[in-house]
Amino acid sequence: MKLITVAGPPSSGKTSVIINVIEHLKLRGLNAGVVKFDCLTSFDQERYSENHIPVEVGFSGKVCPDHFFISNIEEALMWGRGSEFDLLISESAGLCNRCSPHIKDILSICVIDNLSGVNTPRKIGPMLKFADIVVVTKGDIVSQAEREVFKFNIRQVNGKARIISVNGITGQGTFMLSKHFENALDIDTLNDMRLRFTTPASICSYCTGETRIGPAYQMGMMKKMEFKK
Amino acid sequence: MKTKKELIRTETIDEIIENYPIAKDFFMNINLTDLPKNKTLEEALMTVSDVYFEEFGMERHWILYQFALFLDTFDQSSETVSGIDSITICGGHDKSGNPENIDLVISKGEIISIVGPTGSGKSRLLGDIECVAQNDTPTGRTILINGEIVSDDERFETEGKLVAQLSQNMNFVMDLSVKEFLEMHARSRFTKDPSVITTCFECANDLAGEKFSFHTKLTQLSGGQSRALMIADTAFMSTSPIVLIDEIENAGIDRKRAIKLLARNEKITLISTHDPLLALSADKRIVIKNGGIHKVITTTDIEKESLYSVEKLDQTLLTLRNQLRNGQLIYPIG
Repeated sequence: MKLITVAGPPSSGKTSVIINVIEHLKLRGLNAGVVKFDCLTSFDQERYSENHIPVEVGFSGKVCPDHFFISNIEEALMWGRGSEFDLLISESAGLCNRCSPHIKDILSICVIDNLSGVNTPRKIGPMLKFADIVVVTKGDIVSQAEREVFKFNIRQVNGKARIISVNGITGQGTFMLSKHFENALDIDTLNDMRLRFTTPASICSYCTGETRIGPAYQMGMMKKMEFKK
Repeated sequence: MKTKKELIRTETIDEIIENYPIAKDFFMNINLTDLPKNKTLEEALMTVSDVYFEEFGMERHWILYQFALFLDTFDQSSETVSGIDSITICGGHDKSGNPENIDLVISKGEIISIVGPTGSGKSRLLGDIECVAQNDTPTGRTILINGEIVSDDERFETEGKLVAQLSQNMNFVMDLSVKEFLEMHARSRFTKDPSVITTCFECANDLAGEKFSFHTKLTQLSGGQSRALMIADTAFMSTSPIVLIDEIENAGIDRKRAIKLLARNEKITLISTHDPLLALSADKRIVIKNGGIHKVITTTDIEKESLYSVEKLDQTLLTLRNQLRNGQLIYPIG
């Protein structure tokens, strides 16, 4: 089975992109399922179900979403294999711009949209930096020139990625994307494979439920800002 | 010519920035703008503490490697597709499976309009051209470039660089002045000649009904002014050899001159339209019906003569519009 990780900021169009890609894959007789990683709530499972796409949703709750992702992805893979999918697609929102779910050798996609501000690609971080393909959505409502500048800014942080423009509503552009999905690596297990980028350390008192403010309550790994005099 | 690796090893950051001004951006991207610039990157990185790198998940050799990659990326004109003289649309089939029986060659400088009812499949045709369909999209069409079949590798390579798109629904969303915007676009295209900015600006003003200045904010431009700027910008600054236009009627710009401008700049221009003025200005028009190419009509001489009356009508409407704008009274036309 092939695994593809799809990440991107909330409302960038990940679900629409995935649904459109799966439509193309279905035409070629391929069977795909989705595992959605989210924090507290998600509405995407309904959209997948409406499109007859098998989906499982996991909520990280009070755990760091990226830690949650990496501790569950192998089990997700087992679910996919058990369901006899040809492809399993993981969808996760890039929540703090510090992390990315991308795994070495696994096709990694980052979805961002043209409306998110022209310098956004330069701020997104590892989720974009380490992606193999950057999918840019909502290009149908901004000018050609802005699309070009946006692409230029993606190149600034990821010179190697393929950049594909996709219209999530009409599906334009997803055809070529589906070809990349089809060419992704086949794997049996993720055991011993590696993340492309470290996840942040989270071992302080606030990780374990502390809500009070003040140095007396701050224990573990704390980081302090330095303010100018 | 030194490789980028050698360049980084031997030259100071200042020297590199002098030759590659864009290198400055790299240091902003990795949040290391305070590096001593009179040293080589490797030396400069030694002045930063290990803790910093650990914190931001970077390593020194990774930065060196990324910097070489960055300079390489922006050194080659990888964003440009050149040498496209023609595309050929080889027919597939319509929604009911009837064959299209057509091989239409479109050469650079040519203008083709696409007509047909809403939902008939115009966007699908534009989509086939954009992904250079190879009998693998739902329409079964094949698009040849310079008369030749295109491999998947080449398709991946040209992805997103082949086609510039313009449509009625597109807006400017950047919070910039017209001048800042054009400069930014020129920078991203590595345009060597700064005069292109003025050319774009003047041409856009020429096409637009109402004038705007260099200092006007993009978001304050009217629909017509935006469209005019987009078209001028596509004609002079975009390197994509094919331009797809989806409905620019009612835009309050000189449409006929706008598309002539694109054609003159050696673009292959396709316009999906219901506007008689645009459709008749094209060399040929593709008629779409039931998801397929129903026929291709070469604009006849009689039609070209009618174009003259269409233009007159259009001019009349334009005059009326301007009279309204200027607070004048409208008198019976005829």
